Amino acid sequence: MQVDVDTPPPVEEQQLRFDRMIADEVRIEPRDWMPEGYRRTLIRQIAQHAHSEIIGMQPEGNWITRAPSLRRKAILMAKVQDEAGHGLYLYSAAETLGVDREELLDLLHQGKQKYSSIFNYPTLTWADMGAIGWLVDGAAIMNQVPLCRCSYGPYGRAMVRICKEESFHQRQGFEILHTLSHGTPAQKAMAQDAVDRFWWPSLMMFGPPDSASTHSAQSTAWGIKRFGNDELRQRFVDMTVPQADVLGLRIPDPDLRWDEATGHYAFGAIDWDELDRIIRGDGPCNAQRMERRRTAHEEGAWVRDSADAYARKHAAAATTTSDAA
Amino acid sequence: MTTAGSAPRTPHGWPLWEVFVRSRRGLSHQHVGSLHAPDGEMALRNARDVYTRRGEGVSLWVVPSAAIVASSPDEQDPFFDPALDKVYRHPTFYEVPEGVEHL
Repeated sequence: MQVDVDTPPPVEEQQLRFDRMIADEVRIEPRDWMPEGYRRTLIRQIAQHAHSEIIGMQPEGNWITRAPSLRRKAILMAKVQDEAGHGLYLYSAAETLGVDREELLDLLHQGKQKYSSIFNYPTLTWADMGAIGWLVDGAAIMNQVPLCRCSYGPYGRAMVRICKEESFHQRQGFEILHTLSHGTPAQKAMAQDAVDRFWWPSLMMFGPPDSASTHSAQSTAWGIKRFGNDELRQRFVDMTVPQADVLGLRIPDPDLRWDEATGHYAFGAIDWDELDRIIRGDGPCNAQRMERRRTAHEEGAWVRDSADAYARKHAAAATTTSDAA
Repeated sequence: MTTAGSAPRTPHGWPLWEVFVRSRRGLSHQHVGSLHAPDGEMALRNARDVYTRRGEGVSLWVVPSAAIVASSPDEQDPFFDPALDKVYRHPTFYEVPEGVEHL
């Protein structure tokens, strides 16, 4: 077989081919030519997504030892384990773009790459496990389902796996709140308090309004983003409000009302200054989350080193044996 | 030399392994993703934890990523050309007289 090793086609030609693939909704795969901006955008987004999954283990890990029953404890452990798995799927997708997982972790630990600001809120009570599953994972699913059709193949495939697993997360959260809200008055109050604290931050998870979103237009043109932030936020509100009725819990928004004219729920103004403060690093738990992440990484070094030493020793033994044979 | 027990390391850590899962008997293994591990045995254990938490498979393969030889997407057209002009390889190429069955 003869393989041509000619010089690659000129950039203009490659760009045209890429544009045509995007227009035809054909998936881009790792070894395809792609514009540097597309690669950089995907690395930033997938890395931030991966970091969010592993930082997201902390607020819930906080309650594993204090789960109210063995059943709840087993469920919570499975959920936190899923978050670790989601992080790994995403780091694996990011690596197909020519970065290394270790590099991305270094950037996270140096504060040079971000994670979702929602994880900078504390989890003060058991009911927060319910609110996170119902609202935070609910909002995440709303954001992530369209990403399954992302133009970049490995990211889309990772999202398919993640979305399948997220629906258990949302249901177990709903179940926790449902149980509490049908329990004693104190339990119901605890559930309401958790919803009061997590409602607005969950709406912020969809990002700034489209009018103020810097990367949206280009990401949409590249087929990475499928819907605007405001549209997804509205869908989330429309989906969630009737569920709150079933829970018997109140959405903490005095301006919330059904709008007959639009066929959607109208809701109050979001405090974007709060989101800005948290993104700048000034949220209630930013420092704690980063400190814990760095410590966990450092304290895990001996495990990585031991596995390494073991692999080297056995590889050496295998080489010696095969040489002798 | 590269064996199933050792693979080239990336500049920053453990080598990369591609993971293949047979979802049930009667089906072939399918690529599901990749992961880092120091050796084949750990790669298998990690693959079980990362890719089969819900009974997605009955068998796992891990292969050092560096051991895969791939065609390049840039060569795609010329490389797969020979198949395109041989339409007679498809049954739809042939005309079948009316009334002939089971052909």
